[in-house]
Amino acid sequence: MVFIALAAVLFVGVRRSPDKSVMVSALLGKPAPTFHLPVLGEPTRTFDSRELAGKPWVMNVWGTWCVECRDEHEVLLAIAQQNRVPLVGLNWNDQDEDALVWLERLGNPYSVVAVDREGRTAIDFGVYGAPETFLIDASGIVQYRHVGVLTPEIWEREFLSRLPRTGLP
Amino acid sequence: MNVSRSLMRTGIALLLSGLAAVALAVDTTTLPDEKLQQRYEKLTHELRCMKCQNNSIADSPAGLAADLRRDVKEQLIAGKSDEEIRDWMVQRYGNVILFTPAMDASSAWVWLLPGLAALGGLVIGIRIVRQRSKLVEQDDSEEISR
Repeated sequence: MVFIALAAVLFVGVRRSPDKSVMVSALLGKPAPTFHLPVLGEPTRTFDSRELAGKPWVMNVWGTWCVECRDEHEVLLAIAQQNRVPLVGLNWNDQDEDALVWLERLGNPYSVVAVDREGRTAIDFGVYGAPETFLIDASGIVQYRHVGVLTPEIWEREFLSRLPRTGLP
Repeated sequence: MNVSRSLMRTGIALLLSGLAAVALAVDTTTLPDEKLQQRYEKLTHELRCMKCQNNSIADSPAGLAADLRRDVKEQLIAGKSDEEIRDWMVQRYGNVILFTPAMDASSAWVWLLPGLAALGGLVIGIRIVRQRSKLVEQDDSEEISR
């Protein structure tokens, strides 16, 4: 009897054990951290996340050192084509030159790329591995976070469904 | 011949363990003051490297771990308390980042259940022992009366 109960508990535990991609974000339902960072490729410009206050936006954390980001890029380009929501890139612990070459070669899906050279903004968002993608709503609350490569299905199911129907104003 | 061979073996073993120790010393940060250094080492061993979940940030060569160690160091120098630094980490990464998470409403049962189970076991154990000792007494009296 006790054995069966224990086996059941352990079974459920193992089945639900923290798969990296389901680890919940401590930020979910909380205000997104604000950041003010240089813009990739435009040395004189900076980007302040508060510029986007009042509308939903999506932040994608990437780096040229991140193999999976390469796989995700096609999906990001398709997402940018839809033009539903601003897609902000957070270039994490990378080199500007590498990042610029990457975007030139593969295409640039981002409305703006903020440069997080020291990884401080990524840490504020609780990022632990690229790629990661966050959905921030019009009032600045983190509504969703996806760890790992985005797929069109995940984009539709988890991101688009949480956006207001009107899309971009 | 034999002696020199075993000496050589010992030498190689020592050399290898020395290399292993060097390889393990991921973090060579030093803080200006001994007390801060001790707190730094304690804190970095308490925090999980989120990228490689079974290492602490002190033991991990991952870039993120290095960034988190930098944050711990900066906050220590800025005069933050250990508690404030832990809270800062939990705010960003959740309780998972602590190897021994603080007790809160969602995790209380994890802490309380083993205690309750041990208590329950103790009560049951005492009962069984008492019952058995009664049986022994009965046996004894039966034998005497025989």
